[in-house]
Amino acid sequence: MTLSRRDFMTVTGCAVAFSGLAALPAHASLVDEQIKAFTGGAEIGQGGIELDAPEIAENGNTVPINVSAPGAASIMLLASGNPVPSVATFNFGPLSGARAGSTRIRLIKTQDVVAIAKMEDGTFKMTQATVKVTIGGCGG
Amino acid sequence: MIARRDFLQMAMATSALYGASAFGNWGRLTAQQTLSQDELLQFETFGNVSLIHVTDIHAQLKPIYFREPEINIGVGSNRGQVPHITGADFRAAYGIAQNSRAAYALTYEDFASLAKGYGRVGGLDRVATVVKAIRAARPDALLLDGGDTWHGSYTCYHTQGQDMVNAMNALKPDAMTFHWEFTLGSERVNDIVQTLPFAALGQNIFDAEWDEPAELFPPYSFFERGGVKVAVIGQAFPYMPIANPGWMFPEYSFGIRDERMQEMVDEVRAAGAELVVCLSHNGFDVDKQMAARVTGLDVILSGHTHVALPEPYIGNDTLVVASGSNGKFVSRVDLDVQKGRVLGFRHKLIPIFSDVIAPDPDMSALIEAERAPYLDAMSEVIGETGEDQTLYRRGNFNGTWDDLICEALISERDADISMSPGVRWGPSILPGQKITREDIWNVTSMTYPEAYRSEMTGEFLHVILEDVADNLFNPDPYYQQGGDMVRVGGLGYRIDVNKPQGERITDMTLLKSGERIDPSKSYVVAGWASVNEGTEGPPIWEVVENHIHKQGVISMPENTSVQIKGA
Repeated sequence: MTLSRRDFMTVTGCAVAFSGLAALPAHASLVDEQIKAFTGGAEIGQGGIELDAPEIAENGNTVPINVSAPGAASIMLLASGNPVPSVATFNFGPLSGARAGSTRIRLIKTQDVVAIAKMEDGTFKMTQATVKVTIGGCGG
Repeated sequence: MIARRDFLQMAMATSALYGASAFGNWGRLTAQQTLSQDELLQFETFGNVSLIHVTDIHAQLKPIYFREPEINIGVGSNRGQVPHITGADFRAAYGIAQNSRAAYALTYEDFASLAKGYGRVGGLDRVATVVKAIRAARPDALLLDGGDTWHGSYTCYHTQGQDMVNAMNALKPDAMTFHWEFTLGSERVNDIVQTLPFAALGQNIFDAEWDEPAELFPPYSFFERGGVKVAVIGQAFPYMPIANPGWMFPEYSFGIRDERMQEMVDEVRAAGAELVVCLSHNGFDVDKQMAARVTGLDVILSGHTHVALPEPYIGNDTLVVASGSNGKFVSRVDLDVQKGRVLGFRHKLIPIFSDVIAPDPDMSALIEAERAPYLDAMSEVIGETGEDQTLYRRGNFNGTWDDLICEALISERDADISMSPGVRWGPSILPGQKITREDIWNVTSMTYPEAYRSEMTGEFLHVILEDVADNLFNPDPYYQQGGDMVRVGGLGYRIDVNKPQGERITDMTLLKSGERIDPSKSYVVAGWASVNEGTEGPPIWEVVENHIHKQGVISMPENTSVQIKGA
């Protein structure tokens, strides 16, 4: 007998509330393409951008993410391990107060969430955070 | 702020666990004649503020035996660092003599024979005596409970935590934080917390829907003690909805949230706090890392990983104090706080030797009253241990209690393979000891006890082992959950703890046939403590009781089915 995914969700022990069982192909190329399209191939600096994500997702289907980059004209969010990495791009006008955005995203497996800011002066800043998606269980 | 040298001098001068003389395997009387309550409690009151820390009591109202881990592997920067040293290495690090009372309290070596000499540990009535003695010396000492208090026994289960609430209320803590309490269900937790006569703290307890701080659990509380404004900030277990069934408390979200911790420290400092204490259920490695990242925490009272250390760990001007579990220890920390700075401290990890410390009569009476309705049922003897059989759990891999539970699951549920959660609670049983129903509940009691039986492919079994191993051996402590490895029966494997996730577990073998596990083949697996809603099966304590009853005398061969590399 093979277990269907639904059966599996109801039976497993010491663990399990899982997503992303099977290894998915790497999407590094997709992520690179997205970044290139956003930056036009310009050099990307570090710092000046903050990404707030949980270390371990409580629920991979809805992971709260906050990003901020003072002085940004726009911020792109990517989920590097999802089949479709693009999540959102926040655009800010000159009258925007905080250059920050919050959203909830679905993560299919443990992966890096990437944020790239296009600054008002045309430069780019990038940061990333690893979010673990786990079957859990066994907490002391 | 505090030089390591100063600290060591203070510790040497004051710690009960230092300078203990070596005992052979003497009889109980001889061992205990050298111990006295006065000596255990001896402490020259210091400075102007006293903290008393208890944590991870897991509803153990009565004295128990508790064997400390033999295997406790640290990875990454924590490799070979406290608390990831055990046995003789632990003794060497802290200057503890072999076979001494400190060795009995803090290590696993010769556990069964030392236990017969030194007797049981813990008991909330003994803890009450210690707390009262400290309060006699320092009437305004702060008593802080690190959580995992309303979980883990027959009476706690049947009263939905009320026995522990009543007992702890009598002990009058000043604040508490949480973990397993939430497995009572959010409705029950909310009801109890609204009645608590002390602060229920958690800067990282959030409303899940709005991702805002939960109203019922303030981040911190202020106390005036010895002319010092003390702030206590709570930090609940960060990974509750992952390590435990989130569906039981869907309104709540947790996480480490160390940026908010920094904001809270800054906020209480701005409000005039001169001493900032974090009452934490993070686990030791997470606390160590949080101490390094958050500035301005004077003391972290560390819980969750059941670590007991005879000296505080000091990092980034923060003292990290670890006070053990199951009521086995009480920590006292005296601090000299002047003009918003800690100028010095004195610390003592007080082992609760139950035959040496007199029970507090009021607390004894309360405990007996809580137990009375259940006494007949839980005192029933189900079996006994053989003359070479100790039952214990604590350690990164299977303990003998886990082996027995896994054996029961295979036998009673007719399975190829069994799995049991790597929790760290549960007292030990000595060789030749009667096993009562209460003893079985002490290692199995929980609100999601269903022993399921299902089929899993070899590939999926590998995924589970890899996933749980990464929760324990990820080199970044913030990605660890603080439990131990899932215990398995009927299955052998090799683990290289230093490999990345997906590559740690190899050579999985079905023990009954000696065959390699086939990724595409299905195996019948029995287990318990699933975090999924709707899991079906008899409660695990019934499964274990039936098995022990059939066995009569428990005697198991040594478990060599897990081969560890990279430790």
